Amino acid sequence: MAITNNRLTPGEYVENFGDIHPPFETRDAALVEANRCLYCYDAPCTKSCPTGIDVPKFIKQIATDDLKGAARTIFISNIMGGGCSRVCPVEKLCEGACVYNLMEEKPISIARLQRLPTDEAMRRKWPLFVRKPALGKRVAIVGAGPAGLSAAHVLSREGIDVTIYEKEARGGGLMTYGVAAYKVTPDYCAEELEYILSLGGITIQYNTSLGKDLTLQHLREQYDAVFLAFGVGLARRLDIPGEELAGVVNALKFIYDIRTEGFPAVPVGDKVAVIGMGMTAIDAATQARRLGAGEVTLVYRRTETEMPCTQKELEIARQDGCRIHWLAAPQAVIGAGGHVTGLRCERMELGPPDAGGRRSPQPTGETFTLDVDMVIKATGQMPFEELALDAGVGHRGGKVAVDGAGATSLPGVFAGGDCVNGGKEVVDAVQAGKLSAAAILSYLQITH
Amino acid sequence: MASLHTNYLGISSPNPFWLASAPPTDKLINVLRAFEAGWGGVVWKTLGSQIKNVSSRYSAVDYHGSRVMGLNNIELISDRPLELNLREIKECIRLFPNRAMIVSLMADNDRESWHELIRKVEDTGAHGLELNFGCPHGMTERGMGAAVGQDPAIARLVTEWVMEAATIPVITKLTPNVHSVVPTGRAAVEAGSQGLSLINTIQSVTGVDLDTFIPNPNVGGKSTFGGYCGPAVKPIALKMLTTIAQDPVTRKAPISGIGGISTWKDAAEFMLLGATTVQVCTAVMKHGFRIIEGLCEGLNNWMDEKGFRQITDFIGLSVPTLTQWEELDLNYHIVARIDPAKCIHCGLCYIACEDASHQSISLTSGDPYNTYAVKEEECVGCNLCKLVCPVDGCITMVEQRVGPEYLNWKQFQEKGLPLNDH
Repeated sequence: MAITNNRLTPGEYVENFGDIHPPFETRDAALVEANRCLYCYDAPCTKSCPTGIDVPKFIKQIATDDLKGAARTIFISNIMGGGCSRVCPVEKLCEGACVYNLMEEKPISIARLQRLPTDEAMRRKWPLFVRKPALGKRVAIVGAGPAGLSAAHVLSREGIDVTIYEKEARGGGLMTYGVAAYKVTPDYCAEELEYILSLGGITIQYNTSLGKDLTLQHLREQYDAVFLAFGVGLARRLDIPGEELAGVVNALKFIYDIRTEGFPAVPVGDKVAVIGMGMTAIDAATQARRLGAGEVTLVYRRTETEMPCTQKELEIARQDGCRIHWLAAPQAVIGAGGHVTGLRCERMELGPPDAGGRRSPQPTGETFTLDVDMVIKATGQMPFEELALDAGVGHRGGKVAVDGAGATSLPGVFAGGDCVNGGKEVVDAVQAGKLSAAAILSYLQITH
Repeated sequence: MASLHTNYLGISSPNPFWLASAPPTDKLINVLRAFEAGWGGVVWKTLGSQIKNVSSRYSAVDYHGSRVMGLNNIELISDRPLELNLREIKECIRLFPNRAMIVSLMADNDRESWHELIRKVEDTGAHGLELNFGCPHGMTERGMGAAVGQDPAIARLVTEWVMEAATIPVITKLTPNVHSVVPTGRAAVEAGSQGLSLINTIQSVTGVDLDTFIPNPNVGGKSTFGGYCGPAVKPIALKMLTTIAQDPVTRKAPISGIGGISTWKDAAEFMLLGATTVQVCTAVMKHGFRIIEGLCEGLNNWMDEKGFRQITDFIGLSVPTLTQWEELDLNYHIVARIDPAKCIHCGLCYIACEDASHQSISLTSGDPYNTYAVKEEECVGCNLCKLVCPVDGCITMVEQRVGPEYLNWKQFQEKGLPLNDH
């Protein structure tokens, strides 16, 4: 047993990491789907979209050959509407709310339809937004992820000059670095970023970290307002014996490597255990399989009813041949010669509902050991608590504390996205960016 | 099992489904295929003076993803040699003697031309003649087609010429491009035409190409008004049909109904409003002759279910129920009711009522599903919510009479009853 890279042929990599949500092949095929839409009033799909995209409107625009109008309808609510059409868990958002579900009919393929005008807009570089004349105001944003870019786009449209400080070498945040490659490719992320920046008025300083290369104090002095959107940090520690063994990796790092180094370069074990049952756990497990791991087992201490990932994500994992151990809590990583050789788990059972109504797992005392050579940790991410401390903003357990409009404890400093909520969907971050941008405009007394 | 056998002016056909005079009936090869498929009869594409056709000839209106809701054509009458058509008609009758063979005619505007054409056509053994007084394009510029049908005096004159020569039943096909089809219908019947068929196509422009700015169909950069048909014209045809079925003069002539008939249901509706036979064209131009099976089976099953043994049991059954507005009962009142178990919360009933009717549906916000209910005291019973609801049976209209007795507008005025105050 060994952890090695370069397990597959180039053709196998291409096949394994092909687009899981292919676009409509033809205009006719898209029109059939678009014409199924009932054009609901106060539509449940729109209400279930964190960014509130007017879904019936853009689908009607597709159906009437106004792709440009459809693209603008999407982007005005969600500037990452193209990326979100690929990574959103739509079955629990817009598509999950589609009224066809209540008729036991297939919901409208909203994400697939959304891809059509957004792809076209990016391919043809449609200038859908025009910047208002510059107002001479400057805003600094920390983090070029979905929240930062979303806020930057709104602010720049209103004539504000925006500078984004990004610790990585590329923009896009977790969209670029933290999502399975078969959902959205790094190339797409680069194109999406370029399209967002084509508005003008937004500059990104890469490889620049808050706390290391610059301080919040400095930003507050140099800019009229600051928006913190630095996301969340590394995987939560398991705090079990053996966590330091070679072969224990964190899921975000694993996904990051796949996206930055290319598929053949990323080592994967013969037998892999993935701990957790969120979207990141699924992305890690399925990609471990797709990189050539022989066996992948997801370990989760609760049951299918409580899992954070969607049913659809679970199906993808199952179709990729991943096994699942429900009601199993990792107890220790077992090793030999400094390398992982197994994962000992304790069987759990569900206790009575806790205060939040969720039944929490209780140990049974019974254990079993999985024979694995790699353990991927995907049990959530830790906030950048030190960053918050250093910057001197109020926080709750490392998560930046804000009021309803995104204002922090420091005047002129706003925050949003994962660094506030602890890690949610891309679409939530985009919305947080929009709301914070609106709050910044109010703070700067700019009517919009 | 009910019988679909049809007797129209003594012309027998195994079912009431005829193919209208049009491209599907313009030559032997088509008509034989139609008869093999099971069509009850055909009206052979109009014979008359020699013409040339243009290219292109058709254009269509699509609606909400469905193709050819309406079809427009600028094709003229048969452009084949008369003798060839006559030979083929004779051969079709020989091969399928039990099917109705009607021949559509449009001669030049003189008595001799009509007489000569009728003599030649009758020699084929055809069972009936249909006078094309309805074609709205091309031929009208030569004083034929709709130019005849739009003027009752000319229609009467030409029908009289026809009746001097015809020995087989004559059906006059009426144009809808008039304020009422009744005057020309009366003229034709009074001049001796035994049957009437309607409607011919409606003059139209189906659309304009938004890239070239040329209306369609495009004939080398120009277009011309065409004749519109297909499902889109059905409601107009049904109305005109009813006026013919109700008029004391024209109702004596059996009707062959035409206008957007695509399904057995359409056919049943035309027959309930007075048609003895129905003629189909657009549906065949879209799907081919094979649709005849579904037409016959559907009509037959419906007749069995309703206890009709032959088609004469229901022809014209609905005609008396179409009355003057002033005869309608003002005390009849219905209100909408939404079945919460069937509601899918699309909000279409709400927004239609709110923006376009009487603000009679309440919205209770929900995440993500709102709840909708009818405010019965506000509801005027217009049906709009029920019409736009995508779920069958979710919205029903419940009868809540205003008063027990019948009350029409005249009586309402005589009693001096109050009008709405809001």
